[in-house]
Amino acid sequence: MTQPKRTIALNAQGVALLSGDEAIALAALHCGVTLGTGYPGTPSTEILETFSDLGGKAQWAPNEKVAAEVALGVAFASGRALVTMKHVGLNVAADVLFTSAYSGVSGGYVLACADDPGMASSQNEQDTRRYAVAAGVPMLEPSNSQEAYDFAGLAFAISERWQIPVILRITTRVCHSHTIVKPHGKFTAPPTPCFVNNIPERVMVPAHARPAHRRLRKKLAEIKAWNESEGPHRIIAGSDDLGIITSGIATMHALEAAPGASVLQLGMTHPLPMDLIRSFASRVKRCVAIEEGDPCLNDALRAAGVRVEPRLESYRFGELNVTRVRHLLAGGEEPQTVPPRMKPPQLCEGCPHRSTFSVLKELDCIVAGDIGCYTLAAMPPLQALNTQICMGASIGMGLGMRHTLPEDQARRVVSVIGDSTFLHSGVTGLIEMAYNPPATGHVVVIVDNSTTAMTGLQEHPGTGRKLDHSRASKVAPEEIARALGIPNVQVFNPVKEAARFKQELQSALASSALSVFIARQSCILAFGKIKAYEKAIAEAPPACDDTCAQPVAE
Amino acid sequence: MDTPVINIKIAGLGGMGVLSASTILAEAIFLAGYDVKKAEIHGMSQRGGSVASDIRFGTRVLSPMIPLGEVDYLVAIAPEWADAHRAELRPAGRMLVPGDVDGLENPRALNVALLGVLSRFLPIPEAIWHKALESGFPAKLHASNLAAFQLGRDGSGKTH
Repeated sequence: MTQPKRTIALNAQGVALLSGDEAIALAALHCGVTLGTGYPGTPSTEILETFSDLGGKAQWAPNEKVAAEVALGVAFASGRALVTMKHVGLNVAADVLFTSAYSGVSGGYVLACADDPGMASSQNEQDTRRYAVAAGVPMLEPSNSQEAYDFAGLAFAISERWQIPVILRITTRVCHSHTIVKPHGKFTAPPTPCFVNNIPERVMVPAHARPAHRRLRKKLAEIKAWNESEGPHRIIAGSDDLGIITSGIATMHALEAAPGASVLQLGMTHPLPMDLIRSFASRVKRCVAIEEGDPCLNDALRAAGVRVEPRLESYRFGELNVTRVRHLLAGGEEPQTVPPRMKPPQLCEGCPHRSTFSVLKELDCIVAGDIGCYTLAAMPPLQALNTQICMGASIGMGLGMRHTLPEDQARRVVSVIGDSTFLHSGVTGLIEMAYNPPATGHVVVIVDNSTTAMTGLQEHPGTGRKLDHSRASKVAPEEIARALGIPNVQVFNPVKEAARFKQELQSALASSALSVFIARQSCILAFGKIKAYEKAIAEAPPACDDTCAQPVAE
Repeated sequence: MDTPVINIKIAGLGGMGVLSASTILAEAIFLAGYDVKKAEIHGMSQRGGSVASDIRFGTRVLSPMIPLGEVDYLVAIAPEWADAHRAELRPAGRMLVPGDVDGLENPRALNVALLGVLSRFLPIPEAIWHKALESGFPAKLHASNLAAFQLGRDGSGKTH
C-alpha cells in the first residue's frame, strides 16, 4: 500500500462532511477492498480518485468492460473488487455483468454505477435499475453519504454471502452532494484470496450455464426473503392518510415535501421486498411511489397488485426535487417550467481542439464525432461536429456514412475521436476500417490532448501515467494505427501546424487511402499539472530492482 | 424542535470559484455544528458554463437541493447570469453581488470576498470562518484570502 495522500479527519463527534463518492471510497478502504478499477465518468469519477488518495489500490482501465473483467478476476480469486462507472459505462460492461451473475463469484464483486437523471453531463438518462432486473443481481440505493458508506459495505457482505455481483446504484445528487457521515468501520471481514478450481461454476459453456441460471434464480429467491425481513429499509411513521414508497435521493425530496406522511424507504430495490411493501401499502389510505427516472417501482408495484396511484409520464424526465414531489402529491398535470437562461459550456480559450475544428469547418467536413470536450465543437460558434452517440462510435459511424453517401459527400466524412475515447473503444473501430475500407477511403482524426479532459483530467493508458500519476508504460495511438497497416499515419500539433494539417487533410480527403491523423497538444487545463507530474516522476527515487544495484564496497 | 433550514445558493460561471466558495461555506457551517448538505453539479464546470451550488443548513436537512422559491441568500458572482436564480429567492431573500464589495484588489478573490459579505448574515463565529478559509487554500494563499474575506465582512457595502 502506498502512503496516503489524504486522510479523512473526523471532528470530536466522530463525523465528517463527505460527498457520496468520497463516502464510498472510505467504505472501500474500511472494507479492505483489494482493487478498485473503472473508467472515469461523471458523476462516478471521484470514487476511485479518493480511494487512491486514501491509500487504496485503484487504477483506471481502458474501458468499463475491461475494468469489470479485471474486477471479476479479483472476485474469482476471493478478493474484494470495486468497479466504478457512469450509467452508460454499464452498457459497455454489460456483457461481463450478465454472465458473472450466472457464474457467481468467490469474493466480493460490487459495481458502483452512477446515473445522471437530467443529464448534467451525459448523453442519455438511462436507468440502471433496469439492469439489476435484466441481469438478475441485487441492487442497493443510498439516499445520502452515510448510506453510501453503509451500503457499500453491505454490498460486499451480500456479494460474499450469496456469491453474486451487486450493483450499488448512485445518482448525481448522491455522488456530488456533501452530507454528514459517521464512519464506523463495522463491516464484514474480507475473505482470504485463493484459487479454488471449480470448472462447472467458472466456465459458462451451455451445459454449465443452464444449471447456473437456475442457481442464480434460487439465490435471488433467498436474497428476496432476506430483504423482506433484514433488508436496509426504513419506515418513517406518519399519518395513515398518505403513504410514500421511495428509494435513493427521491427519499429526501419526499420526506421534505410531505413531512407528515408515512414513508417506506427501500434501501435494496432488487429483488423487491414485495411483502413488506404490500403490508405498508395496506396500512395507508393513499399510496404513492415516488421515484426519479423510469417508473420502475410504479410498474413493479402495480404488476404485483399494490394499489399505488398511477404516475404521470412527465415525471420520467429530468431530476426530481422537492418542488416536483409537491406537485406530484398535489395531483394534476405538472406545471411546465421555462428552462432558466444558463450560460452553456464551451471549448476553453486557447483549447487546441478549436484549431483542429476550425480546419475541419474550413474544409466543410462531415464530422462523425465522439464523446469528450470536443463534442462542444457541435455548439455555436463552431458547429463543426455532426454526430455523437456513444464512446468510440465516431469511427464506425464515419465508415457507415462513407459506405452509403454519394461520392462527393462521402469524401467529406471524417471521424474525430479523443485520445482517451480512442483507447476506450475506438481501437476496434480502427480495426474495422483496416478490414472493411470504404471505396473512398477514410480519415480518422485523433484529437489527442493527453488527458481525459471532460471528466476532470484523469490519466489513461496513453498518458504514460497511472491513476495516481506515477509512471506507467505509454500506448501511442499512431503505433496502433501503423500496426494495423493504415498507410497514411501522421502526427501534427494542431495549433502550431494548422496549415500543414489542413494541407494533408485536403489531400487525404481527395485520395481513396486510409489515413489516421493525430492532432496532439496538451489540454490547456492539464498543461501545468502534467508538468508537475512529470517533474515528480523525474525526482522520485528509482525503484530498487535489478537495474539499480547498490554500489558494492571494495 | 427543529430550527428552520437556511438556504444559500452560490452561482457564477466556471472558473469563478463557485465550487471552492461553497466548499468553504459548507466547512464553516459543519465546524459550527449544524447539519449541512451541499449539492452541486460537476462535469462541465470547467468549461465556462453556468455553475451553481446549493448549501442548506439547520438542525436537520433533508433534500440537498433548495426547493423553488426558498433561497434565503443568493451569492451571485456573475450577476448578469443570475436572472434564472433570482426567481428562486424567497420574497424576503437577499441577493449578494460583486458591487457589495468595495476596494477588492485581486478579482480572483471575489468569491471569498462575497463569502465575507454573506458571513454578516449567518450565525457562525468569525474564528470558525477563518478556520474554514485556512482549510480551503494552500498556506501561501491564506493571508490574501483572509484579507478578501475581511473586506467583504467589514465593508460598508450595501446589500440588495
